[in-house]
Parts: sequence; C-alpha cells; structure tokens
Amino acid sequence: MSDRITIVVVEEDRERAIAIVDALQASGPYEVHVIGNASSLARRIAALSPDVVLIDIDNPTRDMLEELTLASGPMERPVAMFVSSAAGNLAREAVEAGLSAYVVDGMKPERVKPVLDAAIARFQMVRKMRRELAETRRALEERKIIDRAKGLLMKARGIEEEEAYALLRKAAMDQGRRVADVAEALVTASGLLS
Amino acid sequence: MKRVTLPIAYVPLVDAAPLIVAHEMGFAREEGIELDLISAPSWSSVRDMLAFGRVDAAHLLSPVPVAMAMGLGGVTQPISAVSVLSVNGNVIGVSRALEQRLRQSGYGFDFRDAAAAARALAAAADRPLVFGVPFPFSMHVELLHYWLEASDMARVGYEVRTVPPPLMAQALAEGDVDAFCVGEPWGSEAVESAAGALLLPGKAIWSLAPEKVLAVRTDWAETEPHLLGKLMRAVWRAGRWLDSPDSRTSVAEILARRAYLDLPSEVIDRALTGQFTISGHAEQRDVPGFVGFHDGLANFPWRSQAKWIASRLAQRFGLDAEEARAKAGRVFRSDFYRQQMASTGADLPGASEKLEGAIRQTTAVASQKGQILLPPDAFFDGRIFDPDAT
Repeated sequence: MSDRITIVVVEEDRERAIAIVDALQASGPYEVHVIGNASSLARRIAALSPDVVLIDIDNPTRDMLEELTLASGPMERPVAMFVSSAAGNLAREAVEAGLSAYVVDGMKPERVKPVLDAAIARFQMVRKMRRELAETRRALEERKIIDRAKGLLMKARGIEEEEAYALLRKAAMDQGRRVADVAEALVTASGLLS
Repeated sequence: MKRVTLPIAYVPLVDAAPLIVAHEMGFAREEGIELDLISAPSWSSVRDMLAFGRVDAAHLLSPVPVAMAMGLGGVTQPISAVSVLSVNGNVIGVSRALEQRLRQSGYGFDFRDAAAAARALAAAADRPLVFGVPFPFSMHVELLHYWLEASDMARVGYEVRTVPPPLMAQALAEGDVDAFCVGEPWGSEAVESAAGALLLPGKAIWSLAPEKVLAVRTDWAETEPHLLGKLMRAVWRAGRWLDSPDSRTSVAEILARRAYLDLPSEVIDRALTGQFTISGHAEQRDVPGFVGFHDGLANFPWRSQAKWIASRLAQRFGLDAEEARAKAGRVFRSDFYRQQMASTGADLPGASEKLEGAIRQTTAVASQKGQILLPPDAFFDGRIFDPDAT
C-alpha cells in the first residue's frame, strides 16, 4: 500500500462534492476521486481501488456499495464499514452526521481518523445547511396554503383577513392540530366540493 | 403516565404496513407507546441506524440479521428478529426486450409456474441475464438463486446485482439489468412506467417465505423487555387488522400518503388484493395471498426459517453450514415471541422449528390451545428443508 490514502467520494451534486474534496485536501495529502451516481457504481469504485469510500447516508444508491463488502474475486480487496472497536465512537459520529464510510480491511484506525474527522465536520455543515433550506422551503409552502385557506374563508363567509386567520387558528387549537394542517384540509376539501 | 416514543426505521414499501398501521390506527397508543417512524432511503441506512442506536427497532429484510450473525457484510452488531412482519410480497419482472422475446417463443405469462418460467427465460435469453435486486442480503437474492441454480438458466448464466428499487425502471430501460426481483409497489411501478412486465410472484418459488422482520438490537431487547413487548403486541395487532379483507381500502389510502409511499393507492392496492396488472397489455393475474401480515401464524419467527436462510448463505459464501445454522437459530427469537405474545391470546405453535417446504395443503398442527392451521409452505421444486439435517 502506498503512503497516500486514496479516497472516493460518491456525490452527484457538484458543489457539495467540491466542498467535501476541499475539506479533505486541506486535512492531508490524499488522492481524492469523485463519482456521481451511476448504475455501475460498485464496479467503478472497485476499479479505483480506494482505501476509503465516503457517501451520504441518505444516498439511495448506497446499497450498491454493500457489494464491496463481499470481495468476490481474488484481486478484490474487501471493504468493511468502519466499525473496529477502537473507532466505535467515530462510526457513531459519522452515522449521526449522515456520513457512511467504507474502509478497506486492515487499514489502521489512526490513519483513517483524520480523513473521517474532516469528512464528518464537512458533512455536519452541509447537513445543517440542507436542513435550513428545507425548513425555509416548507415555511414558504405553508405560508402559501394558509393564504389560500384564508382567501377561501373570506370569500365563503364575507369576512376580513384577520378574522379568517383567527378562525383557522381556533379550529387548529380546538383539534390540537397545526394551523397549516387545518388550512391544507380546508383547501383539499374545497377542491373536492367545487 | 408519559408515553415512551420509540424511533423506528423503515423503507417505504407495501410490507412496511404493520409499522405504519400500528402508528396510524392507534395500536401503538393502545399499548402506551408512540412510534416515531423514520423513512430510510436504503437498507444499509436502516441497518446502520439500528446497529448504531439511532433507532430502537426496524423493518428489515429477513436475511440481514442472519448474515450479520454470520459475519457477512460490513456491520456485525448482534441483532434479533423478534417477529416476522410479512410473508411473501415480492415480484419478478423482465425488461420490455425480454418480454418480447418471451412472447415470440409463445410463453403465456401465467404468473404461476416457476419451473416453466425458468425454462422459457433460458430459451429466450441469447446471453447471460443480469437480475437486479434491492440488497445483497435479501429474500429476493435467495429466491432468485433457489429458482435458477438448478434450472436451464444455470447453463445460460445469470448474475445478481444490487440496484435500488426506485432506480430499477431506469436500469431496465438502459439495459443495465434484464430482469429484477423487488418488493411491491416497485414491480407494479415498473409496469406502470412501461419499463417491463411481471413474470412471477415470489410465492411461486417459495409459498411461505419470511420477507421482512421486526428487528431490534439484542442488547436493547434484553434491557427493555417491557418496551419490546409493547412494540411487538402493537405490531401484531396491526398485522391482524391488515389481514382482514375489510381493511384493504383504508390500508391502501394510508400507505399512499405523501409521508409514506407517496404513490397512487390504486398501484399499492394490487399487492394487497393480489390482483395484478402484469404488462402494458393490461393483462390481469390473480395471486391469492400475495403478501401476508398475520394469517397462518405468519408472524411467528420459526427458527427453521432462519436456518434455511443461513444454509443458503453458507453454501454461497463457502462457510460451514452447521455453524451458520446454529448462529442463525439464535437470531430468530421464537423465545421472545412466546414470552411477549402470551398476554394477547395469540395461539402459539407447539414447536419452534418445522420442516420447511413440507406442507402442501393447509394442515392442522399441535398448538398451545389445541390445534392451529398452517398454510402451505412448499417450494416450487417440492424439496423439503430439514433444519436439523447435517
């Protein structure tokens, strides 16, 4: 095995991939390859013969990598998920950060640790950004549906906007539901009635 | 009393229904627990969340905990299968190109006879075929090998490759795979998206295959027997409700929601009713009992089922069969099942193992209450698996 650790990052999103590669290269002299999602993922990775494979835990193509853990040919190196006892916490941290790492069997934990530390930190950051984006988007969608429900109420009952919102809020409180859920139910029901 | 919330991972499939129904229809609440259902994009993700403590329980492919106990795959934490969530429920399908060649050879797509289907495939194939499956350790893989290894397809050649089911239609269209074995609704989705046609239901190969299990970490089961019992009973009641014909419409509607499968209920309904549209030619085929959630002691984790899986894996990976069977027998926890289900009034079998494949017609066997009816569990080739044979 050469001194340089070879890392494959599986990531379709170009910007995220670049961010991860930058973080890894800032932490050591690694040879980093990026592969997007592909139906022949396992074979393409095997061809690069990496020491470490990093992939987002939410990536649905991840199951294809499981075949790497079963070295089927004599030339193939078995790849294990990183679970040696010395790295128990590291594995858990990685899972929590949304990262899964596959490491070649027999690689020493102290050599892998800096790679994973860098990757975990970057994944945590990306995950946080993604969550914030999703929350913003959802808030926006809910805003829209509440506005539509208010509009329906104003028209049906000839009331003002504020009163319409108060009505939605009261219904939500009485039923122990969120205002957005009540609004969605109203919009759906009115769609069926019209 | 404050309710305990249990985080549980599942893959959005028709056979995740017992967990979804336990939550949606209040069976969990009746037991004083809340289920926090976490949808996972892959089986490795479900396994890791369970193994590393992100969730307490999971909807898992029955061979996964067996493989883990045998040291196969990346993760080897001790996992217990405490009950069987569902039996059967898979379909085998072929690409449009293969469908056409099969039709040209006069094959009638009876959706029933596995031996005839393998002969027809071998005759239609002009090169080795690639089969897509969801995961390297799955009943899908086991059914395919069991079906094909002694057929003419062994001469033609075949390869089994992992493809995430949501990408299966694309893989078929691009020619990366020629055929597939997946759980519903992905087979019907392949028909809907005009990517392929259905060839066989999984039960045409093994009529009572344990498909998904309720899996927990073994140390969690030992330290939280009280919570485990609540969860097992809630899921068992959900399964009983699921298998009553009156529930079907509601089930399809619940599963169809955006939070779960996010697919038209009409497509989901096919697995529940066993009424399939198998091709773009609107051909209909009926499969009674296509997927089972309760009837015929479906939920009992027979140790012999785990041993069958272990024997098959040991044979393929060149491991010692006897040792593999011993390890597997300890993974399917019929002991927990007996302990925890005693208070439900569920009837329990007298034995925890059976000869797999020996029941050709519904048969009465000894149970704790007297007698219980077991449905057929035959393999397509009539072979019988004796869990104790050496």
